[in-house]
Amino acid sequence: MTIKVITIAEDILGANEERAQNNRNRLDEQGTLAVNIMASPGAGKTSLILNTIDRLKNKVRMAVIEGDVASTIDAEKVNEKDVAVVQINTAGGCHLDANMIDNALNNLPLEDIDLLLIENVGNLICPVEFALGEHKRVLISSLPEGDDKPHKYPVMFSDVDVVVLNKIDLQPYLNFDIDAFRKTVVGLNPEVKIFPVSCQTGEGLEVWFSWLETLIKDRKDQK
Amino acid sequence: MHEYCITQSMLSLALDKAGTAEAVKITKINLALGELSGIVDESVRFYFDFLSKGTVAAGAALSFEKIITRLRCRKCDAVFCPPDGQWACPGCGEVSIEILSGRECYLESIEVE
Repeated sequence: MTIKVITIAEDILGANEERAQNNRNRLDEQGTLAVNIMASPGAGKTSLILNTIDRLKNKVRMAVIEGDVASTIDAEKVNEKDVAVVQINTAGGCHLDANMIDNALNNLPLEDIDLLLIENVGNLICPVEFALGEHKRVLISSLPEGDDKPHKYPVMFSDVDVVVLNKIDLQPYLNFDIDAFRKTVVGLNPEVKIFPVSCQTGEGLEVWFSWLETLIKDRKDQK
Repeated sequence: MHEYCITQSMLSLALDKAGTAEAVKITKINLALGELSGIVDESVRFYFDFLSKGTVAAGAALSFEKIITRLRCRKCDAVFCPPDGQWACPGCGEVSIEILSGRECYLESIEVE
């Protein structure tokens, strides 16, 4: 048998990219803004989402996709606030992918949603490699994790639009150098916006809310 | 860390191309993976062995070309390969960095009969 070489030179994640683009098109048709929220476990993804619901629910039509390895704990918290929510359990998978989001979108009334918050699986490595069709990528980092995280997970920090630095109310108890953190993050990602907040006390959250509101308004104006 | 789904996607792409070429067997799969992709070769081999069972790719050799991390210093424009994860520029010491390569995850080619 002769051996033949077939040149492919294609991104292995190309199928995911394609599916993500389809998701983006679906969201764009309805004018829905999708935000992919990534972080390590316990950084405050659900807390940020719950705070955002409380603050914006009366002005903005919202829905949430909850990605977790297992359980519906987070989805139940969102559901208690009367916001449409779809739970994705990845059954061990370390990230959400575009196919999962495609399925979740089938279960949401997109025409009635201005803002879709997607809570990714808690992980600082894999989620960044999988486009979902989102318009903005947000990373939550929190003070107890330490100010060295941008050094340890540079790819994640260099590929997001916003870094929310959560739990700043704990600063008196921790050796977290906010200026050094900021310098490293901006070094990796000069365009990034950094919002220091506390989901516990509410400090700094207004900047996050108004960032979201401006994006939603801009999308409506474009339509 | 996500080798299972990477292996699934890679296998499905390889089988698709082999099918188009009407190949009866894939003997080798050549992959190019960036150091920053976080993909562990051994883990890909492990998943490949059972995912490829019963397909024309069963028993194919996997070859991994590693693409090294190359960074550009935004301050002094130096291009360098970071030693041991130290991302500071060796020229000026700044940690203001653009990633030039190292995130790749490509199926380069397959060898078929």
